[in-house]
Amino acid sequence: MVNTSVTLSGIKLDNPVIPASGTFGYGYEFAEIYDINCLGTFSFKGTTRAPRFGNPTPRIAEASAGLLNAVGLQNPGVDKVIAKELPKLREVFRKPVMANVSGFSLDDYAYTCEKLDKEPQVGWLEVNISCPNVHNGGMSFGTSPEAAAEVTHAVKAVTTKPVYMKLSPNVTDIAAIAKACEDAGADGISLINTLLAMRIDPRTRRPILANGTGGLSGPAVFPVAVRMVYQVYQAVSIPVIGMGGVSTAEDVIELMLAGATAVEVGAANLTDPFACPKIIADLPKVMEKYGINNLEEIIGGAHHG
Amino acid sequence: MKQTDYTIETNRPLTADVYEMTLSGDGTPITAPGQFINIKLSGLYLRRPISVCDWTADSVTIIYKVVGKGTAALSAMAPGRTLDVLAGLGNGFDVSKCGQHTLVIGGGVGTPPLYGLVKALLAAGKTPIAILGFNTKSEIFYEDQFRALGVETTVTTADGSYGVKGFVTDALPESYDYFCACGPLPMLKALYRATTTPGLMSFEERMGCGFGACMGCSIQTKNGNKRVCKDGPVLEKEEILW
Repeated sequence: MVNTSVTLSGIKLDNPVIPASGTFGYGYEFAEIYDINCLGTFSFKGTTRAPRFGNPTPRIAEASAGLLNAVGLQNPGVDKVIAKELPKLREVFRKPVMANVSGFSLDDYAYTCEKLDKEPQVGWLEVNISCPNVHNGGMSFGTSPEAAAEVTHAVKAVTTKPVYMKLSPNVTDIAAIAKACEDAGADGISLINTLLAMRIDPRTRRPILANGTGGLSGPAVFPVAVRMVYQVYQAVSIPVIGMGGVSTAEDVIELMLAGATAVEVGAANLTDPFACPKIIADLPKVMEKYGINNLEEIIGGAHHG
Repeated sequence: MKQTDYTIETNRPLTADVYEMTLSGDGTPITAPGQFINIKLSGLYLRRPISVCDWTADSVTIIYKVVGKGTAALSAMAPGRTLDVLAGLGNGFDVSKCGQHTLVIGGGVGTPPLYGLVKALLAAGKTPIAILGFNTKSEIFYEDQFRALGVETTVTTADGSYGVKGFVTDALPESYDYFCACGPLPMLKALYRATTTPGLMSFEERMGCGFGACMGCSIQTKNGNKRVCKDGPVLEKEEILW
């Protein structure tokens, strides 16, 4: 029997497979078709201080091996998430869940994180400083080491649970930003968010997305994720959650070899709602194929002689 | 929602660019007219949402217009081929909300789900009236099928080449107690103003997942944010912000 479990900041996961924020809602849609307790955990829809509708439609465009989205952090706001969504989530998911948080100011991040930190089911906070789809916020915090460190400090000052800073790939030096987060007290790094992208419709001669630009995800970005996880693993000693186009158990192994302790699955959930349980079911077979008995042993394996 | 495989039984053009495809497979996930299926196509990352025209426990009929790569690929598929589908998606037309004399109004390729709706209304003992709007005579399809159900059917063409000249709003009868519509946005907007009763309207939006997870197709309504794929595509006239 192979061992698929991994430990993320002291919390043991049955397997490293985590549906990524924004592709899994609060879990209910998926709980209708499979028991989501098979997951390592999941990262729920990005939460902000105030309710947000997000961007106008179209918010979705297709790409070769992926899609662009410009949802723009639609969510009911932290108070409603705590009052309405988390009680419902508890009915379908028994494990610690990852709370994904976005903000537009240091105060926003601290406010929302402090509230979610007090929720018993929240195991980790994943702080998104990398949303490409909102103006004057999100990604701007994730594009400089100083700003990333400031958000980390602000959140760590008001929380007790492990804080994972979710980084943007739309930067020149991802390692420097990850290191700044670690130095500011982050418990882990989560990457990559989507790559800033655009599609244009030749018929209308206009960008397809109402927002103009959107974030590219899906298998197209997987090699970028592998490279960035590899670079960040070298730069920090805190755990890394890898994501970006993961669609198969083979991808999970590859990203873990690059340095990921756990792996998030995003776009794949949207095209195949059973993507995560399929990956989990395939993991033992793929581990056997590569002679892996204990999944944790391969974390960062690509870095060793 | 159920993920299942459908086998193509027939796939034939109804007009120059509108096709009817009949599929065999589990139709039981479909619970209301106006729902859709989301089809995985080789080489395309996102599934293609197509409304259900008609269904039984072991068959489904869809009608689609070739507008892009996905529908072009569908149109070239031969019987016998299997398709990976998510079936029974979306909030369809609630027949229990419909009046005895419900107007059923379709525009262009918005017409297909109304065929299943008319059947459901008839099965519920109601007497629907159909108005089908097209641009021109050569684009008309399913008129005979609607008539064969025994419902009063009026066809309009924008250029007057067949039936009533004008838009569906030019053919509204004096008396009806509810309406259900599916068609292009300008048609729905015109009906929003021209109709005198409550009603249901089916919307279209670019979707990511098609089952409510990604928030890719959200619109704002009087009752808060709605996902066109999950809370819709059928929404009440009264909740639309126009």
